[in-house]
Amino acid sequence: MKKWQCVVCGLIYDEAEGWPEDGIEPGTKWEDVPEDWECPDCGVGKEDFEMIEIG
Amino acid sequence: MSEQAPIVIVGTGLSGYSLAREFRKLNRDVPVVLVTADDGISYSKPMLSTGFTRNKDADGLAQADPDTMAEQLGVEIRPWSVVTGIDTEARELRLGDRSLRYGKLVLAWGADVIRLSLAGNGLDRVFSINDLMDYRAFRKTLAGGKRIAIMGAGLIGCEFANDLRNGGYEVDVIAPDTALMPSLLPEPAAAAVQQELEALGVRFHLGTVVTSVNHAEQGVTVALDNGEQLAADLVVSAVGLRPRTELARAAGLETARGICVNRALETSAPDVYALGDCAEVDGQVLLYVLPLMACARALAKTLAGERTEVAYGTMPVMVKTPCCPTAVCPPPVGADGSWQIERDGSHVKALFLSAAGETLGFAVTGRFAMEKQALAREVPPIHDR
Repeated sequence: MKKWQCVVCGLIYDEAEGWPEDGIEPGTKWEDVPEDWECPDCGVGKEDFEMIEIG
Repeated sequence: MSEQAPIVIVGTGLSGYSLAREFRKLNRDVPVVLVTADDGISYSKPMLSTGFTRNKDADGLAQADPDTMAEQLGVEIRPWSVVTGIDTEARELRLGDRSLRYGKLVLAWGADVIRLSLAGNGLDRVFSINDLMDYRAFRKTLAGGKRIAIMGAGLIGCEFANDLRNGGYEVDVIAPDTALMPSLLPEPAAAAVQQELEALGVRFHLGTVVTSVNHAEQGVTVALDNGEQLAADLVVSAVGLRPRTELARAAGLETARGICVNRALETSAPDVYALGDCAEVDGQVLLYVLPLMACARALAKTLAGERTEVAYGTMPVMVKTPCCPTAVCPPPVGADGSWQIERDGSHVKALFLSAAGETLGFAVTGRFAMEKQALAREVPPIHDR
């Protein structure tokens, strides 16, 4: 499981947690998140997220 | 010169850093120098109006210092370097008495806040918040205060009003128009946002302006054109932005509202480009994140050798008023059509429809804000791809 961070606002998408508010189940890999999903905090698209290492 | 002249980017805001990041995805070899008048700390400007809601001060909103950015991006960063001129013949940037040669030059130096001329002796308590350094100064001065008067009820004024209420401050908003965000929202959507901000405790003084700010025993007295007098600890000015064009114009570049560039982000001078809040792209000045990111990606390709025009898709704008979530996609200027409004209290769905029934724009508030992505898919892109 990896974490991805929005380069615009710093929001983190954690694959382990998914994003249930938008119907994205826990455990959903980044590549399986719908292409039109947007950062819930700032509205930029998937392409503006960067992968970050987890500890 | 034996050494390759670098790509020089002026500005380390979202535009400058995003461009450097996108460029490095395509090219690791060409030297890149970022020059900035400020401290070079990386941060996201849209987040400045969320500090209290997210419990983050200026340090909390800072993402990385310039040394970290330089290492991450493989670039050189020169903070505290004020550009004083551009010589497009010699391909040199003037930095006071020093100069810097460029192979390609990118202007990403943003916009200036508009400052109203006010009377009174309390103008040292009037703040504009346009970057992280402004925000730091504002938070420092705010310490101990409780009452804030905001001039302007545009996107930034409304976002700050909500954020400062969430931080427990008393908030008065003064604006000349009678509706909030008049250039962005149709009236019923604006009324919904106003209703929820008022429910949160924000006091609006619309259809009037601030005439003077004077020191009082505690804080300042803010006098309005309608005769009202408000007591405040400080005043936030959020009356708009103006793209920075002066140095570009002095260098002979074509400017209008912003620095004029075509869809390849090329200015009128060879090898000089512009993007972000200082740029007027093919006639449009859009001071938002989505257009900026689209420009950064296109320009990165161009700088890497593949000339690329930016193609703006649909550009919805999120208004960060958590008390009344709002998204808007304004119809093109002069578009033929009319608003169709569905309203349930502060939940508004406004669609701008053409005669043929095509959705050309929308504004959604409250629970309808969740429909923004679906609606954005219906709206034709700004540029045909």
